[in-house]
Amino acid sequence: MIKVSGLTKDYGARRAITNLNFDAQQGEIVGFLGPNGAGKTTTLRILTGYMPPSDGEAIVAGYDVVEESLEVRKRVGYLPETVPLYTDMVVFDYLKFMGELRKIPNVNDRVDEVLDMVGLLDRADGYIGNLSKGMRQRVGLAQALLHRPEVLILDEPTIGLDPGQVVEVRELIREIGKERTVLLSTHLLNEAQNICDRVLIINQGKIVAEDTTENLQARLLGAERVVLRVRGEADELASTVKQVKGVQGVETKQDGAVEFEFSPGKDLRPEVAKKVISAGYDLLELRPLGMSLEEIFLELTGSDSKKK
Amino acid sequence: MRNIWTIAKREYDNYFNSPLAYVVGFAILLPMGIYFALIMWISSQSAAMGGPAPESTPINWLFVFLMIFLSPALTMRLLSDEARMGTLELLMTAPVRDFELVAGKWLGAFMLILSLAAITLVFPLIMNNYVTPGIDWRTMISSYIGLLLVCSALLGLGVGISAIFTNQFAAFFTTLGLFFFLWFMVNLPAGYLEQGGDVLNYLSLSTHFTQSMNNGTINLGDIVYYISLTALGLFVGSTAIEIRRWR
Repeated sequence: MIKVSGLTKDYGARRAITNLNFDAQQGEIVGFLGPNGAGKTTTLRILTGYMPPSDGEAIVAGYDVVEESLEVRKRVGYLPETVPLYTDMVVFDYLKFMGELRKIPNVNDRVDEVLDMVGLLDRADGYIGNLSKGMRQRVGLAQALLHRPEVLILDEPTIGLDPGQVVEVRELIREIGKERTVLLSTHLLNEAQNICDRVLIINQGKIVAEDTTENLQARLLGAERVVLRVRGEADELASTVKQVKGVQGVETKQDGAVEFEFSPGKDLRPEVAKKVISAGYDLLELRPLGMSLEEIFLELTGSDSKKK
Repeated sequence: MRNIWTIAKREYDNYFNSPLAYVVGFAILLPMGIYFALIMWISSQSAAMGGPAPESTPINWLFVFLMIFLSPALTMRLLSDEARMGTLELLMTAPVRDFELVAGKWLGAFMLILSLAAITLVFPLIMNNYVTPGIDWRTMISSYIGLLLVCSALLGLGVGISAIFTNQFAAFFTTLGLFFFLWFMVNLPAGYLEQGGDVLNYLSLSTHFTQSMNNGTINLGDIVYYISLTALGLFVGSTAIEIRRWR
């Protein structure tokens, strides 16, 4: 559905993306993960036919984005990062306008259908300018879904939504991703982990890693790290934990919690728990740290914030 | 073609969502109404002493004259504001050709002018009732064709300039400056030149209207002149959008 080879884009003297190669199949949700300015939006804009690449080739839904731009645009639904909307228009009228541009038959029914999908049916008669940021985001999403596109390209789709809406939108994207190709960019790691079948990590215009989220984790995760908390003073806690065989990298945090790690697949938590309780501590928490993908990300992108 | 109509329709509706349509309508219709009343009053005075019957064409001249100053306000935000708000990104990724986008914007503005021009038809209709054997309808129709052609050219050039800028006020002043130059200044030196004065006269926006169509003479050259300017404006507009893509 999407095939990109040797894609390069220069803005004047600055090179935004360099020689990108990747593809995405039908029924696949591919995440584009990278820090700000990595070239995510540039790549997505090329794929939507908004601007041509400086070099390389991109085939979307079987058409070349430069040579057959109009055919590509007919088959792509696009949600830009800032969700540009006509604030002085009524939600329904706006979607109807976009639908007419895309020559959708029975446009009124389809607009109602899409509004129902994004949960905005009760705001159909309201002005876009009066909607909250999250609702505008959903109007943008509705606009992208309107013509049942083969390829859906979403630039930061859950930004600005409240947690409940984030869950809903992710659910919606997963649903759509079953039959169609979805390419979404995000800088939220748990989002990529949550919805995407595959993740492309991009930094400074280059793809630095490409794999499923599980594989990425397994490949880069040397050990599983766990945080341990007990009630009251715990000066001796670290040394107690160290006594368990196989435990490595024990560290006492400022708030009194102790972090340690062990080789993956060899869960030492029960042993540590027994040891801690028999030493007379009241165990409060024993939790694996869920930040792993973040660490992978920082590892790969070599970001300075690693040493925070 | 359907895309042009879709965009034009939205733009036309949008004029009435903002005060702009009412402000421009007021700014054109009020002076025209006052001018019309003056013409009627003066000719009724002179008619008592056997003066000539009034003509409706001077009112159309006023319409065109006011459009020099008001049409930049109609066209300034058509594309520049889309670029500023980012909505241009959605239109540029919709299956719409750049030319269709620009032409749709132009048509939307032109439809507003058509509506205003339709309202001004009351002036010749009223005048016709007070003049025997009635006003010269052929001159009147020729004058209206001229009026629409001038407006078409003004709006075309305005849309083209609007596509170049992201700031609507930059678009406004550039458009106003261009119209001012083309209407008042380009043929100023024509009378002092031994050669080439005709070329400058031909370039002027005003001569093709005031010296021919508004007096009942329709020349092919005048029609070609205004249609060429409209086409030039739309071409500049679509090229500017195209350039945005490559930048």
